[in-house]
Amino acid sequence: MKFGVIVFPASNCDHDCFHVATEQLGHEAEFIWHRDEDLKGCDCVILPGGFSYGDYLRSGAMAACSPIMNAVREYAAKGGLVIGICNGFQILQEAGLLPGALMRNKSLKFICKDVCVRVEHKDGPFTNKYAAGDVLKIPVAHMDGNFSLDKKTLTRLEKNNQILFRYCTNDGHVDEESNPNGSSGSVAGITNENGNVCGMMPHPERCSEELLGSVEGIKIFESIVNWYEANK
Amino acid sequence: MLAKVYVTLKKGVHDPQGEAVNRTLGTMGYKGVSDVRIGKYIEVKMSGDNQAEAEAKLDEMCEKLLANTVIESYRIEMSE
Repeated sequence: MKFGVIVFPASNCDHDCFHVATEQLGHEAEFIWHRDEDLKGCDCVILPGGFSYGDYLRSGAMAACSPIMNAVREYAAKGGLVIGICNGFQILQEAGLLPGALMRNKSLKFICKDVCVRVEHKDGPFTNKYAAGDVLKIPVAHMDGNFSLDKKTLTRLEKNNQILFRYCTNDGHVDEESNPNGSSGSVAGITNENGNVCGMMPHPERCSEELLGSVEGIKIFESIVNWYEANK
Repeated sequence: MLAKVYVTLKKGVHDPQGEAVNRTLGTMGYKGVSDVRIGKYIEVKMSGDNQAEAEAKLDEMCEKLLANTVIESYRIEMSE
C-alpha cells in the first residue's frame, strides 16, 4: 500500500506521518507538494498537521485552495481514503470535504497536552482495529480545534455514524470538563457522509511507537491498511 | 477601484474573542456594553473600471476564500 503525504508550506507533521507509514507500518509513502496536480497513484492521502500559510486569514483556508486539493476532491468523490490530522482537518473543512468549522479554542489558549478520546464506532476505514468505546490517550496541539456546527447538522452526523472520536474522561465518560477546546458534542474526529474522508484534531502519528511513550494511535493507520487490503 | 470587505461571524456563532473583549471592557469600568463581536476588514485593490464585474469577482473571492460561509457572512463596499 502507498500513502501520499501532502506537504503545504509550513506543514510540520509531514515527516512524522511519512515515518509511521514507512517505518512503523512497513508500507510505501511519498511526499506530494501542494502545487502538484496529481496524487502519484497513492492509496491513501494524508493531510498532515502544521500551520499551513501561517494560519493567516483562517487556519487551513489558503491551503484548501492549493492546486493539489482539486485532485484530493476528485479522489475523495471516487471513494478514495483521505485523512486530515489537526491542520489537515482544518484544510478538509475549508475545502468543503468535511462539515462544520474549527474555530478558536474556547479558552483562547494554544492547547498542547495528552487528552482522552473515545472511539465511537469501529465501522469503516479508520477505526476498524479498535472496539467501540475504547479510550485512547492521545496528544492534541492546536489553537483552532473548537469543532463548531449547528445542532441540526450535529444530530445528522450522529445519526449517520459520522462521529469517530469524542473527548472524554479516562474512563470514557463524555462531559464538559474533559472537552479541552469547547467542541460541539465534544467531537474530536469525524468522517464525511460516505465514511472515506476523516478529519481529527488529535495526533495519532505522535503516539504510534514505543519510543514516543505510546502506541495508542497506531491502530488508526493499521485500520486504514486493514481496510485497504480487504477492499482493494 | 478599492473594495472594502467586511467579514463577520454569523448570528448565533459563538465568539470567544468577542466575549473576552467584552469582559475586559467591563473590568475597565465601561458600562452599558451588551455584546462584542469580532470580525475582519479586508481591502482589495482592483484594476479596471467595470464595477459590476469587479463586484461579481469579489463575491466569488468571498465565497471561495475570504470568508468561510459555514460560520461567516460578508459584505462588500466598493469605492473609487
